[in-house]
Amino acid sequence: MNTGEMTFRSRLRGAADHLVTGLAIVATALVILPLVAIFVYLLYKGASSLNFAFFTQMPKPPGELGGGMANAIVGSAVLLGVGSLIGVPIGIGSGIFLAEYGRGTKLANAVRFTADVLNGVPSIVMGIAGYALVVVPLHRFSAFAGGVTLGIMMIPTITRTTEEMLLMVPNAVREAALGLGVPNWRSVLSITLRTASPGVITGCMLAFSRVAGETAPLIFTAFGNNFFSTTLKEPIEALPLQIWVYATGPYEDWHRLAWGGALVLIVLIVTAVSLVRWVTSRGVLKGAS
Amino acid sequence: MGVGIEVTNLNAWYGANHTLQDINLHIPANHATALIGPSGCGKSTFVRCLNRMHETNPIARVTGSVKMGEIDIYADSKAVLVRRRVGMVFQRPNPFPTMSIYDNVASGLKLNGYRNRRVLDETVEQSLKKAALWDEVKDDLKKKSGASLSGGQQQRLCIARALAVDPEVLLMDEPASALDPVSTSKIEDLIFELKSQYTIVIVTHNMQQAARVAEKTGFFLNGRMVEFDSTHKIFTNPSDKRTEDYITGRFG
Repeated sequence: MNTGEMTFRSRLRGAADHLVTGLAIVATALVILPLVAIFVYLLYKGASSLNFAFFTQMPKPPGELGGGMANAIVGSAVLLGVGSLIGVPIGIGSGIFLAEYGRGTKLANAVRFTADVLNGVPSIVMGIAGYALVVVPLHRFSAFAGGVTLGIMMIPTITRTTEEMLLMVPNAVREAALGLGVPNWRSVLSITLRTASPGVITGCMLAFSRVAGETAPLIFTAFGNNFFSTTLKEPIEALPLQIWVYATGPYEDWHRLAWGGALVLIVLIVTAVSLVRWVTSRGVLKGAS
Repeated sequence: MGVGIEVTNLNAWYGANHTLQDINLHIPANHATALIGPSGCGKSTFVRCLNRMHETNPIARVTGSVKMGEIDIYADSKAVLVRRRVGMVFQRPNPFPTMSIYDNVASGLKLNGYRNRRVLDETVEQSLKKAALWDEVKDDLKKKSGASLSGGQQQRLCIARALAVDPEVLLMDEPASALDPVSTSKIEDLIFELKSQYTIVIVTHNMQQAARVAEKTGFFLNGRMVEFDSTHKIFTNPSDKRTEDYITGRFG
């Protein structure tokens, strides 16, 4: 092989390297761009309507300027709290079943299939299901019905990510625990789940963020409420519902508030996700994978 | 203190695969016993039968008896209790990746419900000293993850973790095969130190290693134990032709 050929080859290799690096950068930019665009536009449209009153005051009657979305912010918090209380334990529990106990069984396959189908069910259908299963038997729209519906919507995502993350834990780690005479259930909870916890938490946050912006399932369940309410028995307002009502309403001031609400919703989701990440990453040790 | 192990007519299957056939031997207390043989000969399966770890595989099945001291570990005990008496060190170092060095060593006690801080501190220090790791890690016991140590240190951490639950028997399944020569010799020194207090069973591919650390050596082939005798006898004057062929490097 002569030197001329070497140079040509190494140049070609260099060019290919640059090309692939360039493509990766372009792809990254294409992913980030819409997110940045949405956020900037929301800031531009919504920031002006955000003030102290927005967070503390109730909506004003149409025609009256000002007012806020205090009821919707608190309502969303209540709905997401109830949803997480239902979705997170059931989701993680069934993920543990799929990965640790049910491997290869018919029941596990059925659960996995159900979770995947449930994940693909349109949210409006979930709303109708929530209406039929909770609202009709209890004879009322309620925060409880909304929370349950959101919780059910969280389950499949959490189940499947928990399963995936547990399966990624090396078998050697399980054997190490069992070899110490640790009972299997203890090993699953304190060793396998703990080792997989960063991924499991990511799955929970993903599910949380997804349902935080849901409107359709709440129309049939939480219904919306123009007054301040925190009880689970009564209908309750939620940010996406209020945004929907205000954005489609005829008043200029409502549109302004809707933009503000959208901005608050995004900021709340980002804050909640960052907070959980921060809390769970505290005390992580040097060199821990 | 260690206990002797009496194995009688031990047979093991993985599914239809008869991996251990009619194993009979006496492993002496407070000595190191080496098991050698080519890959797939059943020596790993054999040690996994000594702490009932093979049961974690649902298709595994065992007949025969294994007596540790007075107790038949299959008839008289539960797998979880057996494993508390029998520490195990695996081929690849497997510290718990999310735990600190301290928590790794204390894990066996903590996961079984011990909470007394003083006892835990004491046990962690003693175990790390026994595993010859204390001086290297004492300053960042709780700051560093077990996974941040070098491979050789991780393996000694795993030995400390096994010792912390105060076992009578220590099973080592090729404990140095993933390590460099320096770390390997440290592990061997350690086995030499520990065998006065524990009954040690070590599986190894390295015949020099068996010769260096063990008083007794067993040669496994195709799921059977061909020969079991003093290490000196096995390596200088084996009674079976197959043993001789294996240790002289004619196969395996």
